[in-house]
Amino acid sequence: MAIKHPTPMLDELEKGPWPSFVTDIKRAAEAGKEACADLLGQLELSYNDKEGHWKHGGIVGVLGYGGGVIGRYSDVPNLFPGVEHFHTVRVNQPASKFYKTERLREIMDIWNRRGSSMLNMHGSTGDIILLGAFTEQLEPIFAELTQKGWDLGGSGSALRTPECCLGKARCEWACIDTQDICYNLTQEYQDEMHRPAWPYKFKFKISGCPNDCVASIARSDCSIIGTWRDDIRIDQAAVAAYAGGEIPARGGAMGQGVKLDVQKDVVELCPTGCMSYEGGKLAINNRECTRCMHCINLMPKALRPGTDTGATILVGAKAPILEGAQLSSVIIPFIKMEEPYDEFKEFVANTWDWWDENGKNRERIGETIQRLGLQSYLDALGFDPVPQMVKEPRSNPYFFYTEDEVPGGFDRDIEVFRKKHAR
Amino acid sequence: MLFRIKGGNTKMAEMVANRITDIGPPKYDEMWPEIIKNNYGKWLHHEILEPGVLVHVAESGDKLYTVRCGATRLMTTHMVEDYCKIADEFCGGYFRFTTRNNVEFMVTSTEKLEGLKKALAAAGNMPIGGTGHSVTNIVHTQGWVHCHTPAIDASGPVKSVMDALFDYFTSMKLPAQVRIALACCLNMCGAVHCSDIAILGVHRKPPVIEHSHLDKMCEIPTTIASCPTAAIKPSKVDDFKSVAVNADRCMYCGNCYTMCPAMPLADADGDGIAIMVGGKVSNSKCMPKFSKLAIPYIPNEPPRWESTVKAITTILEAYVSGAKRYERIGEWIERIGWERFFDVTGFEFTKRHIDDYRFAATTWRTSTQFKW
Ligand code: HEM
Ligand code: HEM
Ligand code: SF4
Ligand code: SF4
Ligand code: SF4
Ligand code: SF4
Repeated sequence: MAIKHPTPMLDELEKGPWPSFVTDIKRAAEAGKEACADLLGQLELSYNDKEGHWKHGGIVGVLGYGGGVIGRYSDVPNLFPGVEHFHTVRVNQPASKFYKTERLREIMDIWNRRGSSMLNMHGSTGDIILLGAFTEQLEPIFAELTQKGWDLGGSGSALRTPECCLGKARCEWACIDTQDICYNLTQEYQDEMHRPAWPYKFKFKISGCPNDCVASIARSDCSIIGTWRDDIRIDQAAVAAYAGGEIPARGGAMGQGVKLDVQKDVVELCPTGCMSYEGGKLAINNRECTRCMHCINLMPKALRPGTDTGATILVGAKAPILEGAQLSSVIIPFIKMEEPYDEFKEFVANTWDWWDENGKNRERIGETIQRLGLQSYLDALGFDPVPQMVKEPRSNPYFFYTEDEVPGGFDRDIEVFRKKHAR
Repeated sequence: MLFRIKGGNTKMAEMVANRITDIGPPKYDEMWPEIIKNNYGKWLHHEILEPGVLVHVAESGDKLYTVRCGATRLMTTHMVEDYCKIADEFCGGYFRFTTRNNVEFMVTSTEKLEGLKKALAAAGNMPIGGTGHSVTNIVHTQGWVHCHTPAIDASGPVKSVMDALFDYFTSMKLPAQVRIALACCLNMCGAVHCSDIAILGVHRKPPVIEHSHLDKMCEIPTTIASCPTAAIKPSKVDDFKSVAVNADRCMYCGNCYTMCPAMPLADADGDGIAIMVGGKVSNSKCMPKFSKLAIPYIPNEPPRWESTVKAITTILEAYVSGAKRYERIGEWIERIGWERFFDVTGFEFTKRHIDDYRFAATTWRTSTQFKW
């Protein structure tokens, strides 16, 4: 097939030191992939027109699954027949995106034979995104994938594929087993992922510590973020080595030669002012620490999270569509998060029940909470309010009381009132 | 659902009978190299040896060296095969991707590390970097390559920006890490709302309405209900049942188009890029922050998006010369004040910078404390 269309604009994107997606796609076109040759042609057209050339929507899928495939058709199929259909298949990625090459090649083989050979490693939600299949290939692709032990992820108004940071696999800061939680939840909620039944999408993301490397606080309806309740572990000998310049600042994040100033860089930048450094000894008043990770990030050899670990559960992050962007809010300040995660799953069941009952069509749970109030959601969960749930108490006095909270209720007699107060 | 299986119904029935469903992903530990199996949950500390190269040390004394490389998130199976070959040759057949679409190769000795680095350099399309105080890979979405609602392309602007910032990817000379994200429309699939620098595709014209087809393609009540600002109302045009859009109330979010394909927004002159700055996700030091508007509109300039690249370079250079060590872009701006941010970048402050959407009042200044 080789290159079919001239692409003077896209050719400009082959210049420069960063890897070029254009060069890569050309390679696949030259190897005979018509879809790639035509994708380049259609993209060049978009670069000329400054408008995209994909049709809106197109409902396709695999039998029995409501999600996992996103339909896509070219609006100029006569010019670019190789991308007339260009449907996306979302494949559920293994936790933390580790791969054994042998297993990854199973997908590549299927995709070379039956798809465009274009893909995203990975989509923003975390799935492996196979980009560009014809409708008649969808069932065979699905059949071959599942025979090899791979399944589709979520799309539509369903549970989206859960995602986690690499956690205990290679990070000394992980306070929870992010990979196991991610895998366990993914397996538990297969039905919720593949057969959409909700007002809108729902996402779990799991980070092992407050650094939140999968940005769960910004982009998941339910954020599970590892934390601890006891004291930060300190190795005073290592503190001295940082102070002496034997260990580079921040684990070498600015280069090997850069020396840490323990007082200025660590103690004075602690947001709660709960650290002190006297006579070469670092002390932390752990009761006042908010576990922000700053000091640990700066001295990974000297400081470690505590050992009484668990997670903070936050709910409700979303992008601006429709009511404006929201970050997740604290709902459970601390939960142990130990296998089989029953307490967490009970919380999830109650959350979904409440959202199902109260959420409007295309309303993320964060918006439902905003519309009906956090208290309504907490009441449904049966949770008591705690100060950890808010940044500050309200500054307006417009409370809502229920009738049974005030002695005598809301029903009053105007005649009784008038006996004491003239009109 | 539509099915078009070649071979007709018999084949379909066969496939359905033997279906495997709901098996979920392969279990995580199947994808781990031996050293991770042996040291899971037992890592002690780590260090960045040079840009892009990390060492993690376990309680057992085992050392794991990681080399991080930049990648195009949009790739072909050929590129994946390139990664697999490197992983087979040096890493026992294992490797991983990061959430920011970098690739990581892991080895267990310094000798293997040297060989790996040489092989990556020889490959030419696997730049090493993206650790510590660097600009790492740009999280981004689909753009003109695949989505139906974009205002901009994704991969092209990302390539152009990363070419310009390449030196900040391969070095660690910034005051702190800088995270850039791109989303090609207001849906923000790429979640750019909490990034140090966000590149966001925006429309500037209300939808164009295809009255002759609207009633056939769309449900009118759902279309009306989809608008967050109630800008849409029913309307009869040339005997067609259709809708009208009150242009004054439209903020070009595209939600109506999602519901109704007869209301496209894309427009060569209307569409372009907004730049937001100062957001972050992590809880380190200050709390997570949203990104705020720096530049409301830059026209689409394919293929190399020069003005966008220049704006981002300007922000980065101002940050490098003005920020203190460990200050993220948002912390730096809050310290110097937004007045100074517009001074040092030379960006124009316009009426678009004054919020006029919901909750706008929370962003107005309610103090006499400000700078001249
Ligand atoms: C009206 C609202 C939205 C519509 C119509 C919409 C539509 C789409 C479409 C069509 C895609 C597939 C793009 C493609 O591969 O061709 C997509 C991808 C995606 N969307 Fe949305 N979206 C909406 C809102 C959101 C929101 C609010 C979020 C997150 C908060 C989101 C997150 C994502 C993610 C993570 C992807 C995957 C992107 C990737 O491949 O990296 N979307 N969306
Ligand atoms: C300061 C703000 C934000 C930052 C720093 C931020 C950062 C990120 C990052 C780094 C990713 C990619 C993560 C990955 O794939 O590894 C991401 C994804 C995403 N962000 Fe954000 N984000 C921010 C705000 C938002 C907001 C406000 C929204 C929506 C209202 C949003 C929606 C999303 C979505 C939908 C994705 C992809 C989501 C997914 O993977 O499911 N982000 N964000
Ligand atoms: S979120 Fe925390 S535990 Fe997870 S990878 Fe990042 S720093 Fe490590
Ligand atoms: S974790 Fe944060 S709050 Fe706690 S001592 Fe360290 S710097 Fe201070
Ligand atoms: S951000 Fe918008 S245009 Fe880009 S992939 Fe998501 S929905 Fe499509
Ligand atoms: S683009 Fe958004 S604001 Fe404008 S009419 Fe459509 S839904 Fe309403």
